[in-house]
Amino acid sequence: MEVTVPNQTTGTTWTGGGDKPFNASYGKMMMWFFLISDALTFAGFLGAYGLMRFKHLESWPIADEVFTHVPFTHQSLPMIYVAFMTFVLIFSSVTMVFAVDAGHQMKKKKVAFYMVLTIIGGIIFLGSQAWEWKNFIQGDKGAIVLNSGEIAQFVNKEGKQVSLASFASVAHNQRAQHTRSNGIWFKKEATVPSVTLQQVLDGFKNHPELSVRTQRIDKATKSKVILSRSDATKLLASSKQVVIGANLKVNEYGKTLFGDFFFFITGFHGFHVFSGILINIIILFNVLVGTYEKRGHYEMVEKSGLYWHFVDLVWIFVFTFFYLF
Amino acid sequence: MAHTQSHKALIWKVFIILTIITLVEVILGIYKPEPLHLSKVLGTSPLNWIFLILTLVKAYYIAWFFMHLSGEKKWFRRSIVWTLVMFILYLSFYLIVEGGSIGRTFSGVFESLTTFN
Repeated sequence: MEVTVPNQTTGTTWTGGGDKPFNASYGKMMMWFFLISDALTFAGFLGAYGLMRFKHLESWPIADEVFTHVPFTHQSLPMIYVAFMTFVLIFSSVTMVFAVDAGHQMKKKKVAFYMVLTIIGGIIFLGSQAWEWKNFIQGDKGAIVLNSGEIAQFVNKEGKQVSLASFASVAHNQRAQHTRSNGIWFKKEATVPSVTLQQVLDGFKNHPELSVRTQRIDKATKSKVILSRSDATKLLASSKQVVIGANLKVNEYGKTLFGDFFFFITGFHGFHVFSGILINIIILFNVLVGTYEKRGHYEMVEKSGLYWHFVDLVWIFVFTFFYLF
Repeated sequence: MAHTQSHKALIWKVFIILTIITLVEVILGIYKPEPLHLSKVLGTSPLNWIFLILTLVKAYYIAWFFMHLSGEKKWFRRSIVWTLVMFILYLSFYLIVEGGSIGRTFSGVFESLTTFN
């Protein structure tokens, strides 16, 4: 009984084109095909964002009013911080290409050096994103949620948004946050806002110069419609709660969906960056112990490089659709 | 593969191009020139079209020179790029047209369904 089990490959494939179809090794090719499927996943997410945005074109939050924080200053500076993040990621892409380039020349030390730089760039980006999330979650000026679910933000005479704390009346019966440590029952509660609804409404009454803007966007000027004082008073009669910051159920910027998409898409991208950093660390370790030196080529660096560039590629689209559009 | 020549000059050039494009995008994004921002061409503002085109140019530079697509065999490159272009155009076209359509249909009719959250 003979079985035909080849103990040696012929070095060719079913295409007859050698073991490198299209002149690309299998590893590289499969990395590319994985990236295609990943790109389509992101396209699905961003497409869903586009669908919802076109559906709610007249009430979608304006990115410039949401992402305004820059470290070491309290000024409202849209775009600057995210531009920095984009730059960091592009630069880490550059150091990654240098690592691949050095790999082609079999320069082990240079490969390791550039991979370290790439990893540092990735960590800076991830840290920046964490800071961006922190600002988004903690919120800035605060708003009121109406019974309809709509958000009402407060503006001064110049049409600039003002924070709730700046005009809310002083509290006399502020309730303390209930914590696990001081209760008989181990119950948690949602964070109590620093100002109560009643304080905000009283403060609004006492500040006749204030008015309200809702989510609605004036098509001609692409800015939010500011209501007249009497309309604002009427609208605030249906106030439901104070909201400062953002979570998945409600946020002070406007549409809940906007916050949900922000968390989901930048979170999914951030997870890619995180796994990219892990992969790069593993590859760096292999470089240092000389695995690829022995193997005779640095193709693994090239493959992890492909993944890293892909993460950069996705970010420039996220940057465009979330911050620029 | 081994001991090929270094492409450092090309890499720096691509990096400079990417940086300049990003800077242009950021400056346009901060100032939002009104004639570009408030008019409408083919369903959205000219500013958005500029952003989209610049982003695609950046994507081209990253894919071609950082991810080395320029050095791959022509049909390998096409199997990647054409697949993505075809499916993403298809998907985004229908999603966006559908989104606009739902928005227009519901606004005013079932306002409570669509207007807020």
